[in-house]
Amino acid sequence: MSIDRGTVRHVARLARLALSPEEEEKTVRELGRVLDYIERLSGVDVSAVEPLTFAGDAAEAKESMRPDEPRPSLPREEVLEQAPEHDGSTYLVPRIIE
Amino acid sequence: MSAPLLPLSALCRAFERREAKPSEALEASLRRIARIDGKVHAFLRLTEEEARSAARESDERRARNAPLSALDGVPIAIKDLFCQRGVETTAGSRILAGYVPPYDATVVRKLREGGAVLVGKLNMDEFAMGSSTENSAFGPTRNPWDLSRTPGGSSGGSAAAVAAKMVPGTLGTDTGGSIRQPAALVGCVGLKPTYGRVSRYGVVAFASSLDQVGPFAEDVRGAALLLQAIAGRDENDQTSSSRPVPDYATALEGGARGLRIGIPAEYFGEGLDPEVEASVRSAMDALGREGATLVPISLPNSPHAIATYYIVATAEASSNLARYDGIRYGHRAQGPRSLIELYERTRAEGFGAEVKRRILLGTYALSAGYYDAYYLRSQKIRTLIRRDFEQVFAAGIDAVASPTSPTPAFKLGEKIDDPLAMYLNDIYTVPANLAGLPGISIPCGFSRAGLPIGLQLIGRPFEEAALLRIARAAERAVGVPARELPL
Repeated sequence: MSIDRGTVRHVARLARLALSPEEEEKTVRELGRVLDYIERLSGVDVSAVEPLTFAGDAAEAKESMRPDEPRPSLPREEVLEQAPEHDGSTYLVPRIIE
Repeated sequence: MSAPLLPLSALCRAFERREAKPSEALEASLRRIARIDGKVHAFLRLTEEEARSAARESDERRARNAPLSALDGVPIAIKDLFCQRGVETTAGSRILAGYVPPYDATVVRKLREGGAVLVGKLNMDEFAMGSSTENSAFGPTRNPWDLSRTPGGSSGGSAAAVAAKMVPGTLGTDTGGSIRQPAALVGCVGLKPTYGRVSRYGVVAFASSLDQVGPFAEDVRGAALLLQAIAGRDENDQTSSSRPVPDYATALEGGARGLRIGIPAEYFGEGLDPEVEASVRSAMDALGREGATLVPISLPNSPHAIATYYIVATAEASSNLARYDGIRYGHRAQGPRSLIELYERTRAEGFGAEVKRRILLGTYALSAGYYDAYYLRSQKIRTLIRRDFEQVFAAGIDAVASPTSPTPAFKLGEKIDDPLAMYLNDIYTVPANLAGLPGISIPCGFSRAGLPIGLQLIGRPFEEAALLRIARAAERAVGVPARELPL
């Protein structure tokens, strides 16, 4: 299955990933090869097969919901300390509305 | 005085009998690390001060004969994707360099509560994506049996640290083989529990429907003791199971008599190294001599496993890794003109080549027009793969035996430019993740070049006790003779 440069650009934009022209070129080649390999799945008969969405015990998972009650969270200062930019109460980002 | 570090279960026994002290064991571990980790590079960072104080407290408890658990005082190291309060946690990525979690992962809390001594954080492929530890942003780990070769991955640091006797036990994670494959390539025991057996709270996520936490140790008993310490329900991880956790050590010596071991034809096909095949078959014969019945079986959907895995895992990764945006933690690009540019450049600068490759594949597989053809179809094939196992277990098979990895350890750099060849390393390990089953790799011999070979056993869901018993029987039956590391 071939994948063109336009598709790679589109997907990179969706993934919020800036690619250099060399990386775009490389991605066209590498993804093409991996998709060729994955193409083998198209011949598998999956009619009337349910998708496996949970690998654990599905019955148990349904019973394991806890009540949705507020609980103490981490202290704001400790969490903000990890942020590249903050003003002591919120995260700072580039202006998005002029 | 400067006795070498004992294997995990022997160390626990020595503590009990007052033949060893936790602080002495820690110093033995730190001396060994100082002597050889310059060559192996299993550790990304040590937490010596914290460890020394924890070991002193453990000394006192042991002296009073009041240990917190069997593991009280045992030096343990963890893969660098477990959040440890106050200790930098990078998941092998530049994008998390400098991140210091304000909380402990549940398994870290459990280790601390059991009195284990946390020695440091171990190297790994970036975000656990890789089979060689070469994708670490901080340089590769080397195989202690041959420093020109990889220890496997992604938990290469966790495997190499145990094999090189730097610590008696470590934790890793296994999404497609990342515990079992490196355990095989360095010659130690690595266990991936059933999906849901161990909490993932505070573990940096890769592919949430596949990821599972598990132990490494030199022998099966050590892995059982470490699993005991981390297994169980956690209300912070909704996928964790509330099934009772049995005592894994008590059933270990039950032997192999009466067990039925399935040998899947599909796991002995093209691409399997003849030396690996011979060693694994001879291990299975040894299990047969101990009274197990070897039964040829078929898992007909196995050939679809790798392709299915690389859709499911990358799709989930593309979603999980969306959180690395330069806003809340970790790396942030300088001088962006817009918020979108901030995201795009932060991620371009912070992620390595393999992580980018997988985010792009996963985003593609989930994008409009492709979801049904890729992700949904893969989840359906997953059902078929799980059914294969359900059928053989329903027919009375107790465990499925196979090679863990198709080849012994390969050279650093050998597969790094060929993503598909690298992915095919996981051909025998991925099905257990897709099906949510427990799997273990134990050493079963050496190649002529002196490289370890691993036997994989896959068991029924939540029957780790039975799997460990079979693994122990195989370990005893095979009796791999001890060898000196060429370090």
